[in-house]
Amino acid sequence: MSTPPARRGRRSRVALRGRPALRRLPALLWLLPAAIAYATFVLYPLTQTVRYSLYDWNGIGQAVWVGAANYVTVVTDPTLYESLVHTIVLIVFFSFVPITAGLVAATFIRDARSVRAAGAARTILFLPQIVPLAAAAIAWTWLYADDGLINGVLRAVGAGGLARPWLADFDTALPAVGLVGSWAMVGFCTVLFLAGIGRIDASLYEAARLDGASGVQEFFAVTLPGLRHEILVCATVTLIGAIASFDLVYMMTGGGPGFSTMVPGVQIVRLAFTEGRVGLASALAVVLLVIVLLVVLPLQRLGRER
Amino acid sequence: MHNRLRETVGLLVLVLMSLATLIPFVVMFVTALHPAGSSPAGFAWPDEPHWENFGRAFVDSDFVVLAGSSATIVLGVVPAALLFATLGGFALGHVRVPGSTPIFLVFLLGLTIPFEAAIVPLYYQAQDLGTLNTPWAVILPLIGWLMPFGIFWMRGQFAAIPAELAEAAHLDGASSVQVLRYVHLPLLTPALVTLGLLQFLTAWNNFLLSIVLIDDPSRRTMAGALAAFQGEHSVDVPLMCAAAVLLMAPTLLVFLLLQRHFVKAVLAGAVKG
Repeated sequence: MSTPPARRGRRSRVALRGRPALRRLPALLWLLPAAIAYATFVLYPLTQTVRYSLYDWNGIGQAVWVGAANYVTVVTDPTLYESLVHTIVLIVFFSFVPITAGLVAATFIRDARSVRAAGAARTILFLPQIVPLAAAAIAWTWLYADDGLINGVLRAVGAGGLARPWLADFDTALPAVGLVGSWAMVGFCTVLFLAGIGRIDASLYEAARLDGASGVQEFFAVTLPGLRHEILVCATVTLIGAIASFDLVYMMTGGGPGFSTMVPGVQIVRLAFTEGRVGLASALAVVLLVIVLLVVLPLQRLGRER
Repeated sequence: MHNRLRETVGLLVLVLMSLATLIPFVVMFVTALHPAGSSPAGFAWPDEPHWENFGRAFVDSDFVVLAGSSATIVLGVVPAALLFATLGGFALGHVRVPGSTPIFLVFLLGLTIPFEAAIVPLYYQAQDLGTLNTPWAVILPLIGWLMPFGIFWMRGQFAAIPAELAEAAHLDGASSVQVLRYVHLPLLTPALVTLGLLQFLTAWNNFLLSIVLIDDPSRRTMAGALAAFQGEHSVDVPLMCAAAVLLMAPTLLVFLLLQRHFVKAVLAGAVKG
């Protein structure tokens, strides 16, 4: 090839861009399988959720148009709107706690990153992301049991008065489930933050130290801004985890005691498939979807800025 | 000296976090070794480890059948999802078909949508398709739900490969299929392995679709079957724990074998997101 590489590169890019749109049209065929699968099994069912939500239907008989009545029920029936409130509580445990704890942990661990044990620890911290949450739920159910490990430790240290069946107690069941979410997410966030800290320019830390910044000042001036992107990623992943907390709640409490841990996912399945209130279940699903989009999409935009 | 101190503190935090992560697993394992039907207190190692609990859980949970069911679902999902994502990524990231930006945005929207939002219609759809209570009831929707991340990931991979490489092949008279096969695929093998692993995890660990769309627990994913097992054996804590350990084992094994790849995969996927 006699053409100098630089010029050849430029010419071919021009050639590619310049290829008329019409000639690129057949390539839409490549996209077809993915588009069909996505449209048939994601987009179309979503439109059906919206359609069902406007009817009173038991899943078998005749559906009766009821307009917005199901939505009115969602916002007025405490067992339904409280499930949405529970989601907010779970967001604190699934997102806020792991991100905060992960930031603190990563700041400390930063100085020990080079140690060989750090690699093994990274593997361990990832475990909750790998195993089925349903299996982890069984372990935690047992930890929380009346005669489980947590109460055993409390009694052993003379704090037996605090012991209780954590998942059967109206006041503690929801935080107890939430804590499992924190447990599942904190390792992921920490590992992500550690990778992010590794990409922060080391000279920034040096500069901060030369300026006599304390550890806390350094954290707020260098680490936190440097991890902006990673924090947004963690927030997105953990928020989706909190909103889709079906596995944990279904396995650990089924929404009980009473409705104290009921979340929209479990409620949707219960309403539609046990109670035969398909329209109401769908209305709750639509509200859940809107909440997801309202919470997560702004985060995504934030992540793309700059 | 100061640095040594900081390093020690960091290591301490790391060890404490690792322990906190491991405790539930260790407790589950130790509990599984206690006499069947007992409720052992906490950490205590049993006087005599009852390894046979694993054998009982293996039989009672129909482990072999379950492994087959899970494998069927994974094999139905992953190759198709990988192929569709690759072809779609090629169209959006390399060829840049007309309208690729809006098409891509529609796919991106799907990244955030939970199964809960569509589980009710998916049930009636499976009923209409006649797939209810068969592996297909889970396989088909899963392929669809894996598309947003698959397209997002593969589009990025194709876009990162210099256009000059493919253009040179085109000038030599290669067709699009040949370019994809001989220029792109060899370069994309690591990215495909990564995506395949993530898709395997999603399919294997799927819970909601599995328990709603497949009535017979032995035809579900392992995670889904665990729900039914819990319903039947909730009083026998050691047996429950043994079953949970068993059903976790396959994913753990795959993870430990490929762990370096996994961590990289999840991190890469997350950071680029």
